[in-house]
Amino acid sequence: MNALRRNVLKGTAGVGALSVAAAAGLLKPGQVLADWNQAAFDAKKVPDALAAIGASSAANTDNIIVKAPDIAENGASVPIEVTVNMPDVDSIYILAEKNVFPLIVDFKVTDFGGFMATRIKMAQTADVRVIAKAGGKVWTAAKEVKVTIGGCGG
Amino acid sequence: MAISMKLRAGSDGSIKALISHPSENGLRKVNGVPVPALFIKDIKVTVNGKVVVDGEWGGGMAKDPYLNIKIKGMKAGDKVAVNVKDSSGDTGSSEATAA
Repeated sequence: MNALRRNVLKGTAGVGALSVAAAAGLLKPGQVLADWNQAAFDAKKVPDALAAIGASSAANTDNIIVKAPDIAENGASVPIEVTVNMPDVDSIYILAEKNVFPLIVDFKVTDFGGFMATRIKMAQTADVRVIAKAGGKVWTAAKEVKVTIGGCGG
Repeated sequence: MAISMKLRAGSDGSIKALISHPSENGLRKVNGVPVPALFIKDIKVTVNGKVVVDGEWGGGMAKDPYLNIKIKGMKAGDKVAVNVKDSSGDTGSSEATAA
């Protein structure tokens, strides 16, 4: 089956299930469920993941600083620090470009204070890419992390 | 079985959460057999009831997912809450007061 059609069908099924859940009273009124972005998290190619999060035309910027070890001894836990020096950030994404599934973090944020840190798995040496959306624009920066022992089990 | 976590919040706006979770992406093999995927998919962070992070994670998060995020406008006494849900539907939550 065409992959795009399959993703559309999956998405439709997801919306249907939510409607059924809402009708059955399983969802409280006004409760918003951010639907887990299956198309984005299941994407195996970076361009597909970027398209699914609306970041295909992200522009490079020095206002996103990605801090990560030059060499990660253990790919199972790589510390990443993200600093974003721009106002009105509403979304932040983190990808490890050579992971089987590159997208790892998809955050919608309010009152973001400019800093975020987390730990990710990395399969092999690759760019760790951060996307930030602010004021209707999409920005990106990346840092290469060399991985001596891959952490994804692949 | 609830997912447990440690949560701390500071009046400087720092929110730090360490969640106990295997974070399996379904790719790791033990004796040639893949370990089933089991990872935290949804995380919500609120400050005094207002959602400041509506987050989604994939299986690429490291084991025992860690989040440290800075939120603007926080002060001592603010109530921070974190709610998580994993791919099996298991959930966990914690609250902290910004110190």
